[in-house]
Amino acid sequence: MEELTLQTMIAVFEEMFGAGLFWAMVATAVIITLAYVYVLIRDKRVGMRKFLIAQLFMPLGAVAAVWFVMVMTDSALSDIGGPVDVIVLLGIAALGAVGIAILVYTVEALAFGRTTEDQRDGAKSRNGLGQPAE
Amino acid sequence: MPQDFDSTRRAFLAMAAAGGALAALPSSDAKAAVGGPTVQTNAKVVIIGAGAAGSALGNRLRNRLEGAEITIVDPSVRHIYQPGMTLVAAGLKPADYVISQTTDWLPAGVRLLPERVAMVDGEAQTVATEEGTTLDYDFLVLSPGLVLDHDAIEGFSLDMVGQNGIGALYAGPEYAERTWDAASRFVEDGGRGIFTRPATEMKCAGAPLKHTFLIDDRLRRANNRENAEIVYAAPQGALFGVPIVAEKVRMLFDERGVETQMQRTLTSIDASRKIATFETADGPVEEGYDYLHVVPPQRAPDFVVQSGLHWGDRWVGQGWAEVDQYTLRHLRYPNIFAAGDIAGVPKGKTAASVKWQVPVVEDHLVAATQGQDGTARFNGYTSCPMITRIGRAMLIEFDYNDDLVPSFPGVIAPLEELWISWLMKEVALKATYNAMLRGMA
Repeated sequence: MEELTLQTMIAVFEEMFGAGLFWAMVATAVIITLAYVYVLIRDKRVGMRKFLIAQLFMPLGAVAAVWFVMVMTDSALSDIGGPVDVIVLLGIAALGAVGIAILVYTVEALAFGRTTEDQRDGAKSRNGLGQPAE
Repeated sequence: MPQDFDSTRRAFLAMAAAGGALAALPSSDAKAAVGGPTVQTNAKVVIIGAGAAGSALGNRLRNRLEGAEITIVDPSVRHIYQPGMTLVAAGLKPADYVISQTTDWLPAGVRLLPERVAMVDGEAQTVATEEGTTLDYDFLVLSPGLVLDHDAIEGFSLDMVGQNGIGALYAGPEYAERTWDAASRFVEDGGRGIFTRPATEMKCAGAPLKHTFLIDDRLRRANNRENAEIVYAAPQGALFGVPIVAEKVRMLFDERGVETQMQRTLTSIDASRKIATFETADGPVEEGYDYLHVVPPQRAPDFVVQSGLHWGDRWVGQGWAEVDQYTLRHLRYPNIFAAGDIAGVPKGKTAASVKWQVPVVEDHLVAATQGQDGTARFNGYTSCPMITRIGRAMLIEFDYNDDLVPSFPGVIAPLEELWISWLMKEVALKATYNAMLRGMA
């Protein structure tokens, strides 16, 4: 490839998915990320219970991402031929895992807000005494 | 009980600053316009052919030449994404995967004349069409592609493709699909498959090899490889023009049990008896087949030769345009350039080469409108994602010196069968090609 600028990459991705779908996907990713940042600021903390549930979804996201790429490209795990292939595969799995974790956390936080348990945990850590706040 | 991480205002501000820095990147990068600065000119530019090279140049010259009158002459309604035809002929993509409309890729401000060129007069600077139109030009780009000479193979005609074990994937999307009809019967029934290539220069010299590898893989997946014999027959002395690649393909063919018959040129077919005749140093040899992949001799369109634009002493009988191999400028008519299959250069009848040729022609042509000389040079870059089975390929890139010139040195090894190289062919290549047609890549 002669020049691999961001402009070229955007042009290639637009062609790959169609300009409409590509920018819709970018917008979705941005909205989810903004929503994630919003709930972090709103709650001023990471709710560990929500974070734990989000983590439980990570293997699912990893497998789903790898499966999606394999099906879309007529490939199989047996096609992995060298170190760079393993890195790409792990990268796809990692993206799927992190993506679904952020999504699940954000959905939980938006749908259920600050749960009583999270509030209690937060109060406990803030008063530093290990006693539930009144 | 789990510990909580309080997100402080300071941490949030730091994160926002990092996000802002990332968001600023695209705008600083986008200032580097594709190609170079726009110039004023009232030049008349005629481009013959709206294929890969013609469409890309139409878009790029439209951006660079303000005030120029740009006309593309091409009678084809359809634009064919030719790198996809090996996938169609192996049953991996439908025919319409490679088909779009010529007009999909041309910008506003470029006129399309849907007529066939009959003659170019390099002295009078005119282009005449078979329909009777005559165009004057100040600068001319030859990018009409090439002609598949099916008639050169005795007993063969295109209506035979798809029946009686005959395939010919180069002939077009529908023929590539019919090639898979014939090849899939060979995959089911087994027998003897012969895969050929012509003695002339040809577009994508890797495609006959890819077809061989893919049908071998199809046989294996059907658990029928032991009932099939695969023969690769070619007029050349080596399996590929680049020696180090030829050796690698030889090793893979040995490993896959593909027999090679070198210095054999397919000259005729007897479809009723399923006999192919090859010209060899010892005279004609007849070979029986159950599947035969035909790649016909390839040459320039007639108008190039009739207009005297071709090499007289090189590639005799093939008619490729006589251009400097580094600047792609015609050696006798400096205001004529060639790009794509028609260019008479030692390497590069591929879409990847077009991607590197187009900016060179653009540079010299734009400079010429200002009475200056361009500086860009084409180094013979050619790329071939050599599919070695479904799911793996070798990303082979080379230049005029037969040097390997990998785009991702140390990351994607050129002579390794890799999944990432397959992903590039399957996912990224068409998108990159389309971006190139729009002048964006």
